[in-house]
Amino acid sequence: MTVPRPYTLVAELTYRCPLRCPYCSNPIDLQLRKGEMSTEQWCRVFSEAAELGVVQLHLSGGEPAVRKDLPALIRHARQCDLYTNLITGGTLLSEDDLREFRDCGLDHIQLSIQDTNRDTAELIAGIRSYDKKLEVARLIKKLGFPLTLNVVVHRYNIGHIPELIALGAELGAQRLELANSQYYSWALENRNFLLPTQAQRDEAASIAREARERYRGTMEIVFVQVDYLTSEPKPCMGGWARTYMLITPTGEVLPCHAAHIIPNLHFDSVQQQSLTTIWRESPALNAFRGDAWMQEPCRSCPKKATDFGGCRCQAFLLTGDPAATDPVCHLSPHHNVVVDAIAAAEQNDDAPLVYRDQKNSERLLSRL
Amino acid sequence: MPELPPDFRPRLAAKARLRWDAVEKKHMLVFPEAALVLNDSAAAILKLCDGERLVEQIVDTLSEQFTGADRSVIAQEVTVLLSHLQTRGLLESKSL
Repeated sequence: MTVPRPYTLVAELTYRCPLRCPYCSNPIDLQLRKGEMSTEQWCRVFSEAAELGVVQLHLSGGEPAVRKDLPALIRHARQCDLYTNLITGGTLLSEDDLREFRDCGLDHIQLSIQDTNRDTAELIAGIRSYDKKLEVARLIKKLGFPLTLNVVVHRYNIGHIPELIALGAELGAQRLELANSQYYSWALENRNFLLPTQAQRDEAASIAREARERYRGTMEIVFVQVDYLTSEPKPCMGGWARTYMLITPTGEVLPCHAAHIIPNLHFDSVQQQSLTTIWRESPALNAFRGDAWMQEPCRSCPKKATDFGGCRCQAFLLTGDPAATDPVCHLSPHHNVVVDAIAAAEQNDDAPLVYRDQKNSERLLSRL
Repeated sequence: MPELPPDFRPRLAAKARLRWDAVEKKHMLVFPEAALVLNDSAAAILKLCDGERLVEQIVDTLSEQFTGADRSVIAQEVTVLLSHLQTRGLLESKSL
């Protein structure tokens, strides 16, 4: 099998974060007692990634701004000619920080906001943060950065799509990501709380589609689907370990945010091997490359080259078999688990909210 | 295809960066979440998008550089590329 060229690296510099969002893509095991990689280790990884062909670098977390070496990491990434994007919640940033990032060559900032309604926004973030985030958004634009506003969409803000679009336009965002929550990790724990109804999703998708035309050329609007409600599997990550890699705070190389949950896959660490060796030879990254692993109905499906059978992590979480057809697909023999999950969420409109924090991390881990 | 404004003096939007890609051995336009591999003529066009030159002047300069090519063919190629990039929000102009 020819090894594909990776284009994107998500560097999860830390899992520390002042926010407690219940849809966080970080693992339930926040590994807060394990050491994060050093500045030197990350810099070596960025150099190797650029040599492998990576173009896009996302400095992510947790909240990457908790790391004091962020300016040094940005500077090195730009020396490697990586298009460097900071993915941040914004609450820890000052104008001086942003000015320093700009001087280091940061290309772009992606800022998360939770809602246009202060109360819901702060209920979801789990801390006071609404005013600070808007202030930081304005500072980002004042300093001339291109801005992506990212909103994770769920049952309690999906009705505010018009207001979110208006806010994006008012702030001068170049890009607005209306990213419906994907149900892994913390979001899966909170699925009954977060999952919108079919009617909510259909209305939101229609508003977003109309706005995408209206703002074409000024603000790009991306509506990331709720795959549970489309019955069509997403082409997850553009295929397993095909163009995208993610490195955890301790250096494990994953094909996505969630793959560590799949049993019997050992993800190698850049603390032990070079990124080049891992990308080419890691058995875990090779496990679902190509289509030889596919079962029916994927194996004979004409869409297998475009949807890649959906998501391996979701297949494992919902069927117990990571090589199964993503049960979101209406052709999956396990599609009923998704239908049941939609019904359960509709019936549980008072489901509890499980915040992403250390206390809940320990509680959920002790249950396993 | 949308018309380009007559006083359009294109330059790359702040979110876009032109870089040399050592793997493809071609120029590449990178911007959030995506990249476009450029052929040689697209790269030559974009290098002239400095926010000062009018589209006509870009075509003039290219006609001087590529003396074998027909001016109307060059003009067509410039218009198609710039219109496409503009609809993707990848260009700015002092006139906008």
